[in-house]
Amino acid sequence: MRGRLNAGLLVGGTLVGLVTLAALVSFFWTPHDPTLVDAAQKLREPGGGYLLGADKFGRDTFSQLMVGARTTLYVGIVAVGIAAALGIPLGMIAGMTPRGWLSELIMRVNDLVFAFPALLLAVMLGAVYGPGTLTAMIAIGVATVPAFARVARAATLQVMVTDYVLAARAAGRRRPAIALRHVLPNIGSVLIVQASVSFAIAILAEAALSFLGFGTRPPTPSWGRMLQESQELLFSTPRLALWPGLAIALAVLGFNLLGDGLRDFLDPKLRRIRAER
Amino acid sequence: MTLYLLKRLAVLIASTAAAAVVVFAFMALLPGDPAEIALGVNATPEAVAELRRQFGTDRPPLTQFLDWAGGLLQGDFGISYVTSSPIGPQISDRLGVTAVLVLGGMVVALVLAVPAGTFAAVHHRNPLGAAISAFSQVGIAVPAFLAGILLVFVFAVQAQALPSGGYVPISESPGEWLRSLLLPWLSLGLVQGAVLTRYVRSAVLDVMREDYLRTARAKGRGATGALWRHGLRNASIPVVTVLGLQLATLLIGAVVVERVFVIPGLGDLLLNGVAGRDLLLVQGVVMVLVAAVLLINFVVDVAYHLLDPRLR
Repeated sequence: MRGRLNAGLLVGGTLVGLVTLAALVSFFWTPHDPTLVDAAQKLREPGGGYLLGADKFGRDTFSQLMVGARTTLYVGIVAVGIAAALGIPLGMIAGMTPRGWLSELIMRVNDLVFAFPALLLAVMLGAVYGPGTLTAMIAIGVATVPAFARVARAATLQVMVTDYVLAARAAGRRRPAIALRHVLPNIGSVLIVQASVSFAIAILAEAALSFLGFGTRPPTPSWGRMLQESQELLFSTPRLALWPGLAIALAVLGFNLLGDGLRDFLDPKLRRIRAER
Repeated sequence: MTLYLLKRLAVLIASTAAAAVVVFAFMALLPGDPAEIALGVNATPEAVAELRRQFGTDRPPLTQFLDWAGGLLQGDFGISYVTSSPIGPQISDRLGVTAVLVLGGMVVALVLAVPAGTFAAVHHRNPLGAAISAFSQVGIAVPAFLAGILLVFVFAVQAQALPSGGYVPISESPGEWLRSLLLPWLSLGLVQGAVLTRYVRSAVLDVMREDYLRTARAKGRGATGALWRHGLRNASIPVVTVLGLQLATLLIGAVVVERVFVIPGLGDLLLNGVAGRDLLLVQGVVMVLVAAVLLINFVVDVAYHLLDPRLR
């Protein structure tokens, strides 16, 4: 254990834990079938087995939120996975050969991808292959690659000038070995923080895309689409917008706080600076 | 400085050209022939071939690209395969609406974040400063479209003071125009303001620990006076960078917010284009948005150099 628990870690961890728990439990149990259309329960008020009421199709809001958590985490994990799998090696290569043409090429392409925000990529992919969870995940993932590549490159540059890397190079270790044994373990904490922050951004992007109809397709529940469906009922049944909105905000807050908390927890130097403030 | 400017300009032009290639290549991958889509399933092969010739989609991809990119340079985005009307004027009409939306949002964000962030930095040891930090953390977690829905609920549903959506051109009624844009501006600005507050706070905190600020205070200036005279310009350097990145975020956020408030901007045009499978239109709007992001990054880089004489 390198650091002490802090408020961000605790609150963020709890929120992320709750979302994860809801998603995991939803695999085995939800109060009702979240996709079951039941005219008798249309716009049912909360109570009597329907903890948060039902929507205009009579679907149980609480069950939809639980399965929506699964969708959110699924998109986040795959998108951040794509971004990390591509961005980290590219950033490390760029950081280990800072003056090479390959490094220059990687960073230029990186800048170009950076000009294509996730939403635009998803709309373009959606126009070509049809909108859906998969295109949304790929778009969010690819759009997040530059963030990982930049962070990995900056951290690698710092590690490459340390004495232990110099020693390894003097001992004749090859670059791939240095990358795996010395660089990766030492930039790991920065990357974990980046992953947490990117996860929050991915949740926001998925919600926006589903809201626009470019994300998860019906009937699979998604917080963003729940919001979109609730918008027309804002005047009569505002609670339908309240719950998915709250779920999105709390999940994003959770991952952001977790990222901040991890940063303080994993990096003693930064913690000292913060304490001085 | 001139050399830097020229270099940076070259990078801007090269990346815009590269982006044009990417956008074109992407849309060219599309399964389905625009001519076949336009004529439907019962079209004769001759009619399809004729329309393909009219559209110019029978030519080699490179010729098509050069034709499209050459047109872009003259503001010609081509003629829609679906509506048969020129795309350029549609884009320029909508661009104005979106630009007003984005700039208004930015103003709201700045008006909110600069005082709040500075206050939170100066009072970082007392509860009020901490409260501002916590509040901005919560604001970051609320996407702009969610903020929009909340604002509609408060100001349109509950207070019935502002319209829940729709757009009135300024030429029709300046008052109604303002009323129709207030909530969209706030939705974009509140969220970005929350993000910006954190950066302003940390930039001002950094400056407050600098020696020159201590000197200024030792010479008898008050905390606020010293900060005002010496601190804010220095604190503005990192803030300008974030501001630029945020402008790009706002542009994309506007696409979604336009949907919430039914505002006829670029985002609305883009999504309608996708729904109507109007590929050339989608291609044009995407290109404009990407070029705008690249241009914003360029301006930020240049502004950064202007603000920080050490880089000149």
